[in-house]
Amino acid sequence: MSELVSQPWTQLKAQEIVERILALPDVGAGRVVIVSETSAAVLRWANSTMTTNGHTTSRAVSVIAMVAVVGGTAAGVVSSSAAVTHPTQLQDLVRAAEDAARGAGPARDAMPLPEPTGDDRTWADGAVQTSIGVYETFAEGLAEVLAGPQRHYGFASHEITTRWLGTSAGVRRRWAQPTGSVELNVKSPDLTGSAWTGASTADFADIDVVALAAQASARLGWGRRQVKLPAGRYETLLPPSAVADLMVYLAWSMAGRPAQEGRSALTGPDGPRTGERLTDLPLTLAADPFAAGFEYEPVLITTHSGDGISVFDNGAAIRRVEQVREGVIAELGYSRAEAVEFGTTFTPPGGNLLLTGGSAASPAEMVARTERGLLLTCLWYIREVDPTTLLLTGLTRDGVYLVEGGEVVAEVDHNFRFNFSPLDVLRRASEVGATERTLPREWKDWFTRAAMPPVRVPEFNMSSVSLGR
Amino acid sequence: MSIDRIDPEFRAIPLTALADAALSRAHALGVEHADVRVERITSQSIDLRDGTVTGIVDAVIVGLAVRVIVDGTWGFASHVELTPERAAATAERAVEVARTLRPVALERVVRADEPVHAGAIWVSDYRIDPFAVVTRDKVELLTERSHRLLASDGVDHVRAGVSQVRENKFYADLAGTSTIQQRIRIGPSITATAVDRAAGGFETMRSLASPAGRGWEYLTGEGWDWDSELAVLPELLVEKTKAPSVDPGSYDLVIDPTNLWLTIHESVGHATEYDRAIGYEAAYAGTSFATPDKLGTLRYGSVHMHVTGDRTVPHGLATIGYDDDGVATTEWDLVRDGTLVGYQLDRTFAPRLGLGRSNGCAFADSPHHVPIQRMANVSLRPDPAVDRPTEDLIAGVERGIYVVGYRSWSIDMQRYNFQFTGQRFFRIEHGRLTGQLRDVAYQATTTDFWGSLDAVGGKSTWGLYGATNCGKAQPMQVAAVSHGCPSALFRRINVLNMRSERQ
Repeated sequence: MSELVSQPWTQLKAQEIVERILALPDVGAGRVVIVSETSAAVLRWANSTMTTNGHTTSRAVSVIAMVAVVGGTAAGVVSSSAAVTHPTQLQDLVRAAEDAARGAGPARDAMPLPEPTGDDRTWADGAVQTSIGVYETFAEGLAEVLAGPQRHYGFASHEITTRWLGTSAGVRRRWAQPTGSVELNVKSPDLTGSAWTGASTADFADIDVVALAAQASARLGWGRRQVKLPAGRYETLLPPSAVADLMVYLAWSMAGRPAQEGRSALTGPDGPRTGERLTDLPLTLAADPFAAGFEYEPVLITTHSGDGISVFDNGAAIRRVEQVREGVIAELGYSRAEAVEFGTTFTPPGGNLLLTGGSAASPAEMVARTERGLLLTCLWYIREVDPTTLLLTGLTRDGVYLVEGGEVVAEVDHNFRFNFSPLDVLRRASEVGATERTLPREWKDWFTRAAMPPVRVPEFNMSSVSLGR
Repeated sequence: MSIDRIDPEFRAIPLTALADAALSRAHALGVEHADVRVERITSQSIDLRDGTVTGIVDAVIVGLAVRVIVDGTWGFASHVELTPERAAATAERAVEVARTLRPVALERVVRADEPVHAGAIWVSDYRIDPFAVVTRDKVELLTERSHRLLASDGVDHVRAGVSQVRENKFYADLAGTSTIQQRIRIGPSITATAVDRAAGGFETMRSLASPAGRGWEYLTGEGWDWDSELAVLPELLVEKTKAPSVDPGSYDLVIDPTNLWLTIHESVGHATEYDRAIGYEAAYAGTSFATPDKLGTLRYGSVHMHVTGDRTVPHGLATIGYDDDGVATTEWDLVRDGTLVGYQLDRTFAPRLGLGRSNGCAFADSPHHVPIQRMANVSLRPDPAVDRPTEDLIAGVERGIYVVGYRSWSIDMQRYNFQFTGQRFFRIEHGRLTGQLRDVAYQATTTDFWGSLDAVGGKSTWGLYGATNCGKAQPMQVAAVSHGCPSALFRRINVLNMRSERQ
């Protein structure tokens, strides 16, 4: 089955929508407009045949109205994906946002909107488009892969979201964000063996699908010898994808307010655990909008408020944030209003995640140094079990391999359910290798820009055996 | 049903003209099948922290989709502009896509027949459209409830919220079916937190109310007794903070519908999706241990296990009159007397099982997504003969735990191994409840778990619970689904202690 969505038809350009909405009278305590246009091209295959392909574009207009109300300032957000063909629609959006704001009552995160921090020379540019053409080379390689003896399943996605942010404080910023990923699941013809490789990319120019498929096929080869292992604590080599999934969840859990209020794993008896040393390894967990190849918007653009984020911060400059610095818990997330409330610094959320500070060792070199342990492929269905310790559960997926005497000697013929906290991954890591670009398989629908090292954890808790393969 | 009940803004769209334009163009281009969907999905979420609004977000998604079959190959296209010219052009693009893909499509599409449903109108069961209630009133209700909890001893923080959706769907196909539907769903939540700064810990207790296919009346006492629950929530929370930590081991579990629905969702609902069972989701959502070669023979569970699929139960989140294949919805068996006997199907999958008709599980979450096979309300039948109360199930347990409310969930990609936690765990000793326990998680393999089902409660224990965030497919589509079930007794289930799991 195939999917194809054509260009949205609108008379109004994005910048025109922004200016017209901001020019409507009675701005009140502030007004923010975000026009977001996404161009996406996808390929999906299963049982070695293409299933869903397509190119779609979509656009949404969001208006955030700040309104003076009894007791302070209120905010309301309205988003619409309807084609904007009449200026009256814009009036309706503003009115609806103002109604929502009046209904909400005074907001605790109210702040004057940030002042502009400079001109955006790309403001007048259009939306950046992707197309099926982005897969030209990839598709040739994929055809070769699909013709092979194994059974193939997978998904390739490339999308570019262009956002225009305009505020009544004078901010005008445009940002085009490319997000791409590919996942290959390769199974033996009798479906008893399954392996996976994945990668994140900005433009697919750096993706060699034939090489990715060969890596997965090589892993299927490790399955010639199968072993059963009981549940228990194993020395475990977490590959970069698995580390990414665990660290992404940790990063999402590092908002400041819950830690200040005592309802977070980042709370100790004396308040937030900032300053607490997790490890003697010099590990740094950071989000950096300027990291080459992992860039994200340098100003905050958001349509919702919550712990650590506020619609009143739209247009505020974003900086590198180090959540863990040289092994020590460093920065928790605070909106500008929360920073004032708790006497700390505005600490915005990030669009990438980078764990650095390990050695130059590759996963293969770490295998070579392993007397006996498990090498994982990736993790799946990760959920929080105990928020007080950030204990997570989940499963190994598409390949658990037994390492003995520095070599992979067999594939475990089942998977494991694990129970482990990402905080304990950092606390107990005995070896950390070289950081590389990776794809967090569990969270990839929401988060793809990650660079992580392989990590050795001496006693990773494989809580039970899963018969799933 | 009267057209008057359909949202006037949706009725104002020239639905018939759009359908005529798209279908006649598709017909002229020689398609074997064409259908048009026009959708308008209106939503609002309201969130409060400690009695103050943190966010109100209103959103609307509109669009038109055309799906065609040309020479046995699917084609699909969609657009946001709702004019006959654009509808015809979208049909052309869908045909173009089908023709382009014809050479690479290995399988020819064959679909089950369906009677024509012309001019059908269907509206879900609700009294008050939440979008007819002023936002201020909704906020006041949530604020008052938040303050009620905050004023109680032992409650330090309260989160409250409500999400509301009105989904309008028009469908028409070349065979002559045309339907206009409207359904409303609402998802209220309220959670109290107790903080123990001295010990550096905290505990939460959430309302057991579930998202439901109901209107605003659900927030004011119809279908859920808020006042009674809010009155006991703080003391339950305080009791939980002082409760002993569970000793891990084997326990008999009496599982309340407020917890069991999610176990059914994960271990039966997803495992009996036909597209998963034949590998379509292998790289993402996963496959199923319950493969079609085992249909009619797989021992899924004990004889007490009778699971149905339906899109018809009142207030069900997956309930609708006609699916996105134009199929009139129904109820059927998935597991009978403990044996796998059915799957969830759309019109393409039904013939592969040798069935003459689909059971109505085609659904797209947006006008810009292709319909795929999605989960029906998958429900466990209560005891048909005896209206056994939950107390009787508890009375039959020497050493066990009564599990109430859901919290953490996880299951593997073949739907074998799962682990669940909950909101409230009550120790059972010699057939009686003796106070709460903490740190409980239960873990099992699907067929072992259902094989250990020793008794189901009667119809008076039955409840309908569900979720609005079920994800599937790439690009991901999100669907809402309910699961009805009685209380049920499971023997000798492995219980973990979350604290010792971390040691």
